Amino acid sequence: MSVPRFWRRLKNLYNLIGTHCKKCGGFYYPPRNMCPRCRRNGVIVPFKYKGTGEVVTFTIVHSAAKDYAMLTPYILAIIKLDEGPRLTSQVICSHEDIHIGMKVKSAFRKLGEESDRGMIYYGTKFIPLEN
Amino acid sequence: MSVGIVSYGVYIPRYRIKVEEIAKVWGANANSIIDGLMVYEKSVPDMDEDTITIAVEAARYAINRAGINPQKIGALYTGSESHPYAVKPSSTVVAEAVGATPDLTLADFEFACKAGTAAIQTCMGMVDSDMIELGMAIGSDVSQGAPGDALEYTAAAGGVAYIIGKKNQVAKIESTYSFTTDTPDFWRREGMPYPEHGGRFTGEPGYFKHVTSAAQGLMKRMGTKPSDYDYAVFHQPNGKFPTRVAKMLGFTNEQIKPGLVVPRLGNTYSGSCMMGLAATLDIAKPEDRIFMTSFGSGAGSDAFSFEVTDKIEKIRNGAPSVEKMLANPVYINYATYARHKGKIKL
Amino acid sequence: MRDVAIIGVGCTEFGELWDKSFREIFVEAGVSAIEDANVQGGKIDALYVGNMSGGRFIEQEHLGALIADYSGLASLHIPSTRVEAACASGGLALRQGIIAVASGYHDIVIAGGAEKMTDVGVETTTDALAAAADREWEGIMGATFPGLYAMIARLHMHKYGTKQEQLAAVAVKNHHNGTMNPKAQFQNEISIETVLNSVMVADPLRVFDCSPITDGASAVVLAPAEIAHKFTDTPIYVKASAQASGTISLHDRPDITTLDATVAAANRAYKMAKTTPKDIDFAEVHDCFTIAEICAIEDLGFVKKGEGGEAAESGLTAIGGKIPINPSGGLKACGHPVGATGVKQAVEITLQLRGEAGKRQIDGAETGLTHNVGGSGGTAVVHIFGRER
Repeated sequence: MSVPRFWRRLKNLYNLIGTHCKKCGGFYYPPRNMCPRCRRNGVIVPFKYKGTGEVVTFTIVHSAAKDYAMLTPYILAIIKLDEGPRLTSQVICSHEDIHIGMKVKSAFRKLGEESDRGMIYYGTKFIPLEN
Repeated sequence: MSVGIVSYGVYIPRYRIKVEEIAKVWGANANSIIDGLMVYEKSVPDMDEDTITIAVEAARYAINRAGINPQKIGALYTGSESHPYAVKPSSTVVAEAVGATPDLTLADFEFACKAGTAAIQTCMGMVDSDMIELGMAIGSDVSQGAPGDALEYTAAAGGVAYIIGKKNQVAKIESTYSFTTDTPDFWRREGMPYPEHGGRFTGEPGYFKHVTSAAQGLMKRMGTKPSDYDYAVFHQPNGKFPTRVAKMLGFTNEQIKPGLVVPRLGNTYSGSCMMGLAATLDIAKPEDRIFMTSFGSGAGSDAFSFEVTDKIEKIRNGAPSVEKMLANPVYINYATYARHKGKIKL
Repeated sequence: MRDVAIIGVGCTEFGELWDKSFREIFVEAGVSAIEDANVQGGKIDALYVGNMSGGRFIEQEHLGALIADYSGLASLHIPSTRVEAACASGGLALRQGIIAVASGYHDIVIAGGAEKMTDVGVETTTDALAAAADREWEGIMGATFPGLYAMIARLHMHKYGTKQEQLAAVAVKNHHNGTMNPKAQFQNEISIETVLNSVMVADPLRVFDCSPITDGASAVVLAPAEIAHKFTDTPIYVKASAQASGTISLHDRPDITTLDATVAAANRAYKMAKTTPKDIDFAEVHDCFTIAEICAIEDLGFVKKGEGGEAAESGLTAIGGKIPINPSGGLKACGHPVGATGVKQAVEITLQLRGEAGKRQIDGAETGLTHNVGGSGGTAVVHIFGRER
């Protein structure tokens, strides 16, 4: 991903800042600037999520794209945040421990990098809550 | 001086490698290394952890521990000898990730293992002069020891963040004093992956001269003596150096015990004595006095004198202690360690 | 709206076509479709080209013009349009062609699809395919396509007790069908053990649960139904053409084990064709992974939700079963040149309905359905075809 593209989303990725519709009460992460329920009538404001949630489903990726090859095998999961929205991220824990329903919390990690010369991307992954 | 520590946070990656495991790879005698260094194991970062992610976790714990409003942080300095970028600040990422941007000044510091305490002093000056309300000083490292080098047994990963301010101090900084000369005992050239060091030269003319000079200089200036302190913390590249320097200065083993985290952690470089101070604050009582002296190769030492306040009890449990961070480690073998440390390139 | 018929079909071999270029395979498929339809080049009114990622795979955009030119149609200046919807690009190109004919805008239209995936390394291919997911919120987190479908599989197993052996049975069945398709990439039988002992790609999906990287092209010639008999004795009629969108990200799907775009497209198609799943004789569905076929037959209404796992195992979906699925070998065995797949499915339905499918012929097939998916379910295209108008 190019530098401007990452930079534009950096606050969201670092701090789980999504959006919230004040009209219908919907919570969105990843952020949406159009409420999918209220559409043009929605009132969208930024919203910072607590960072706690639950594993909805997961996989252990053994074969990854080039930028992620060093991390394999890694746990990729869909996580439902306590406030409601679901997102895709990695869970850092033992492969024996990961399970559907596992409670997790956010952690600040490197997401990847554009080679040794390129920019390093940081963002939010998840770790077991009991850590 | 009316500044002090308002909050603190620490982060230690969960992985450890034992000295035996490293020694096995190089055919070395583990017991003689453990005896010589007084280090049993060291922390290892995860594959997606670096100085920045560690600094962020420590900084977030510091903010959460005392319920600090990050927007009140007017300066943020990250000290490290392993900044992921040669050019581009680590501190901008940290400041953004803790919600301190954009009304603040920041920069990255480097002074081998004492960049973190230099950051504390900088924040002290800015807070004391009312330039800022709160300053954050971080020491964070994922230090590299060349494969097979003596440093490989101790170069660890960890980070510590201190928030410096006037109001709500948990430890008053009574005074600080530094002793600095140009003594090339350890360095890493631009673009080189591993540091070089002067072997035993790093001991006497480096560590011992600077630590004792700074410590004695501060006590002389303040008119204090070792027995005036409940605890003392010295930079801990291994277990032996701080134990010996404490004895040289007249501190007892009991005074340095709570802050001597290196046997189970290794040397966290810029985080080293700051981690020892955090471990001491974790158990200190109001009115306890703590003495601390850092050391950075190159070379210099920053000595500090603290007095703990009654506010310490209130914030102590707001974030994980050093002991909690050291507990339940995941031990890895050398092959995994090599992968984690990027010694294997894809 | 006018009724539309397929009057000709063409398809290249699917596989690693090292000695053929993108433009060559498209022209090969197009020419065989035109010859099959018995139409002259000068009669062609428009061209639709399904392609997912020419930009990444062959560093070539502007594929509409390229194909028109190399088909020898540049001098006629016919409109040529590239259509993209990730792995549903082919199905969507077909649908654009059908709409063009149905609306009366054009009469004779070629709808084709092609992908040349082996000109770049596997890492580039993986990354190019990952662009079908949400790059900013899935890709950057390390999501791969097998990874996304593996998460569907994991939850399907958790909710419905679907077993790894049942996933494997889909691959075994489709490989068996592939042995009877001379154009298929894989024409060898495999066993359940082959699948279960193969290399893990994204747990629980193994390499034999995944469709391969494939080069290939397919094309059909479309005409208004009322003149179809001028070209062929066996026109195949388009009974329904439906398309639906879903969330681009898997994590935003209301039910992660349901591709709701498939459900919506299927419902529209059944309504348009005035038919029900029971009346469908066989189907070519989007089995990019074994779990995808299981979800597809559920979401298309052939079996109840949660019962898809048993279907391949019990023989329900075999040729000769109650509802044969993927007689061509599917994406799994026939191969998955992403832009071509949706069109190839229509080619297979046409051959089956004409009774020209050789050893894999389904007896008495009257009505067939195609199901083509983009990404993890952001786009679904469903077509229903029949021998009768």
